[in-house]
Amino acid sequence: MDTALRFAVLLLTLSFGAGLQLNYIDDYEEEPKEEDVSADSKYGSLWPLPQKIQMSEISFKLTSSSFKIVDAKESSAGPSCSLLKDAYRRYYEYMFGSSKRQQLNKRRRTGPSELTELQVLITSPDSDCDGYPSVTSDESYELSVDQPYAVLRAPKVWGALRGLETFSQLVFEDDYGAKSINATQISDFPRFAHRGILLDTSRHYLPIKVILANLETMAMNKINVFHWHIVDDQSFPYLSRTFPQLSQQGAYHPYTHVYTPADVKMVIEFARLRGIRVIPEFDTPGHTQSWGKGQKDLLTPCYSGATPSGTFGPVNPILNTTYDFMSQFFKEISTVFPDAYVHLGGDEVDFNCWKSNPDIQKFMAQQGFGQDFSKLESFYIQRLLNIVTSTKKGYMIWQEVFDNGVKLKPDTIIHVWKGTQLQYQNEMANVTSAGYQTLLSTPWYLNRISYGQDWRGHYKADPQDFNGTDEQKKLVVGGEACLWGEYVDATNLTPRLWPRASAVAERLWSAKDVTDINDAFNRLSVHRCRMVERGIPAEPLFSSFCPREYKGL
Amino acid sequence: KKQILHSPHLNVIYTEYKLEAVWPLPQTFISSSEQYRLNPQTFYFGYGMQSAAQPGCTVLDSAFKRYFSLIFLDLTSGSVDKPFSVEISVDRDDCDGYPSEDSSEKYNLTVSAGRASLNAQTVWGALRGLESFSQLVYQDDFGSYFVNKTEIEDFPRFQFRAILLDTSRHYLPVQTILKTLDAMAYSKFNVFHWHIVDDPSFPYQSRTFPDLSAKGAFHPMTHIYTQSDVRRVISHGRLRGIRILPEFDSPGHTKSWGKGQSDLLTPCYNGGIPSGTFVSSVFPDSYIHLGGDEVDFTCWRSNPDVRAFMQAMGFGGDFTKLEAFYMENIMNITSALNKTSIVWQDVFDYHERIPKDTVLHIWKGVPAKIKEELSRITKAGMRVLLAAPWYINHISYGQDWRNYYTVQPQNFSGTEEQKKLVIGGEVCMWGEYVDATNLMPRLWPRASAAAERLWSDEQQTSNVDKAFPRLQEFRCKLLRRGIQAEPLYVGHCKHEYQGI
Repeated sequence: MDTALRFAVLLLTLSFGAGLQLNYIDDYEEEPKEEDVSADSKYGSLWPLPQKIQMSEISFKLTSSSFKIVDAKESSAGPSCSLLKDAYRRYYEYMFGSSKRQQLNKRRRTGPSELTELQVLITSPDSDCDGYPSVTSDESYELSVDQPYAVLRAPKVWGALRGLETFSQLVFEDDYGAKSINATQISDFPRFAHRGILLDTSRHYLPIKVILANLETMAMNKINVFHWHIVDDQSFPYLSRTFPQLSQQGAYHPYTHVYTPADVKMVIEFARLRGIRVIPEFDTPGHTQSWGKGQKDLLTPCYSGATPSGTFGPVNPILNTTYDFMSQFFKEISTVFPDAYVHLGGDEVDFNCWKSNPDIQKFMAQQGFGQDFSKLESFYIQRLLNIVTSTKKGYMIWQEVFDNGVKLKPDTIIHVWKGTQLQYQNEMANVTSAGYQTLLSTPWYLNRISYGQDWRGHYKADPQDFNGTDEQKKLVVGGEACLWGEYVDATNLTPRLWPRASAVAERLWSAKDVTDINDAFNRLSVHRCRMVERGIPAEPLFSSFCPREYKGL
Repeated sequence: KKQILHSPHLNVIYTEYKLEAVWPLPQTFISSSEQYRLNPQTFYFGYGMQSAAQPGCTVLDSAFKRYFSLIFLDLTSGSVDKPFSVEISVDRDDCDGYPSEDSSEKYNLTVSAGRASLNAQTVWGALRGLESFSQLVYQDDFGSYFVNKTEIEDFPRFQFRAILLDTSRHYLPVQTILKTLDAMAYSKFNVFHWHIVDDPSFPYQSRTFPDLSAKGAFHPMTHIYTQSDVRRVISHGRLRGIRILPEFDSPGHTKSWGKGQSDLLTPCYNGGIPSGTFVSSVFPDSYIHLGGDEVDFTCWRSNPDVRAFMQAMGFGGDFTKLEAFYMENIMNITSALNKTSIVWQDVFDYHERIPKDTVLHIWKGVPAKIKEELSRITKAGMRVLLAAPWYINHISYGQDWRNYYTVQPQNFSGTEEQKKLVIGGEVCMWGEYVDATNLMPRLWPRASAAAERLWSDEQQTSNVDKAFPRLQEFRCKLLRRGIQAEPLYVGHCKHEYQGI
């Protein structure tokens, strides 16, 4: 055995030496297009990449005992702007850790290479501090990191929030654990005004804590819209003050699986403080099975032959009571949700139940619709749109409503979600050539998981990539990553969403020509570790490690 | 074989209770609607008079403590009811041993008025029975606990039911490993295959060769498993009847072993027996996984010394002979240490030269190919372990657990004797895309689907649609126990996961 053993050992050692020399070749052969090991990007860990950056080699130290974020003297947002005060504290804690916070020591002498202050200057006379963000909000900012202090300049608080995130991403830890930042000039603004994430709280209920944690993460990625697909066929967790029966009967559980008015208010305020709009979706006339449990006669009774089958279809469009209900309901919605838009859904209406119902058939004949049920759908949607218009809200709708030729207000936003790449590009072209604003989601259905680095596909999609004039391209307001809830709840939502949604975030914020996927991999790897360090279980991109691994378990 | 007694007059109080509430399904399960109320204040575990194990038995004493908390997840204080006691009897006092391939996991459980009796040959069987008992207990809407009259006779279909975690591609904190062992016990898994090192990193801190992790780990202080970490994992596994099977894959997948080792050639000379002395004294299990997959011959081919050696041995240009030579020696070392080797199927190509008791681990191929491979290897009289259909790191959209559920490990052409050579199966969670952030929801409850396939009778569990509501309920049970198990489809659990 002795000899054999020695040979075995010899071979093992030989393979070590030889293996090392050939590492790179091996890797290259395995995955020629994909960079497996992250290297340092010249842009550090900035994500999404700002529009203009100048970074120098000169670096300054920051210490938790002397560094402060303060209002600049000339800032239009005064000490009463709690939105900024909250943000200062949040970013201080991200940079230095909440446990390490120390008393500011004013007498301590600061070194020559130390940065002690970030001054935040809101330049517009109205800072928007107490307002809500909107589709027209200015999110631009300029950041100058230099001595004696760094300055963050923004017309509105919304830009300041984005700039604070950027500043915190510039701070890095050197080998001795000290916080440093390089002298940097950044001028930044978003490419698209609408950068959203859809979460679905109907297929699975999501506890408030999960929603808030994801709003927090959205802000880290400069996402500015939370599209709350709050109800659907499966459950109705929204507790309506006007129609409490809807959640009483339609939620998975009337107390533990609902969103109370206080919950909704908390979500909206939490989002506002991070510059995020909350757009609720109340999808009708399809996707409404759960509504029917608490609202008698709202849904169409389906027939089998001459008798009702006991099942129900879409909202019943031929009854006046339906529109009375919708008027009251959307009146409530318009006061609960401050955003200028509501999403009205309108997708996937199944006509079979309407077809089976003799009353509906009679109504179709009276109206002269013939057998064209999309006309009935249009009839319903137009009345609904009038109701919503009367509440002074704008609306977003899924693409079918446009496809079916429903008459729409000129400021309607058409949400494209269907088809192959070619099909959605044609749809974008059609919608914009009709003069409507549009929003893309098709390539970003993040619920559809697959093995491997699918973020690369999400990163490559571009919402302005279709045949059309410059005028048409300008009608693209942005995009949304959708995480539908069939297979997702509190247990797996956050790692499934992040950092995959971050890929979409950069596409929607950064300049069109930011397309170097290897550089993106390098920055995103560090960005994901930063999210982990901030307590967010963002999943890995590939074999690797973070200096501080997730400790949530 | 299995009978279920349905009560025609289920009253309201039973709504929370579903028949066949145990996952994986026991071999024989008879249950009635007769129910007994349990109260935490008057509930007792105890040892039977005839039991070989008595108070002081580490495995069972700690199991009683654990299962008391799992049965009574919230301690409602009600009126004091009649006492209820669970009496455990085992034939052997193996309380201080380790579970092994020969350990019987058979148990009988009878639940009747005021008492349950659980009989098993070994403490490991008793652990399986306690798990089943804990799953039988349910709560009504008022928070009261109940258990129904039940009789279970149970034993596993396969002796080897494993989960592989990969701590090289991503480091997994010890907490995460321990939590996985907890969840494994809930699904009656009994082997943790610890793919501890590989190309990307070497987190195992060796007593003999500390430089392996000092230079090969992602970080030498934070991303390592110390000896006491390893002992903790082994002990945590033992108390749950789970064997810890380490894998030190060689000669391929060893880049991290050689990190910055130019002056380490001599220590490596001794260290070339990773599967030998230093590992065998740390890991008590009688099996060791030696890897042996995906050996890339390019480096060997490039080395003049290796080529000279090939000439001397008369191997010509056939590098598989060199690999065979290497594996043969490694396995001989292993068997000299009284360990049984498990190797990946690649090694079968030169099986004539390896010990007869070696277990071949099937990890690749489409279903048809897998069947062929099973026939071929068992025909040669070698034992096999099936992993290929259960690579659950390969995620896809939708209910892929159905594929894991409908695997038929013994469905290949061969004699009855050949079928018996299938010792079990293994769920593999390779680590390229998995770390502590997403491991738990990705593993559970998808691995539980494989657990039922490996434990339960195939005839009784052939219908995947019947399994669906049971698995949904089991998933909610896992959530209630703090395991971050993801949903199978739309729906809800009474107690949702409370983390983020």
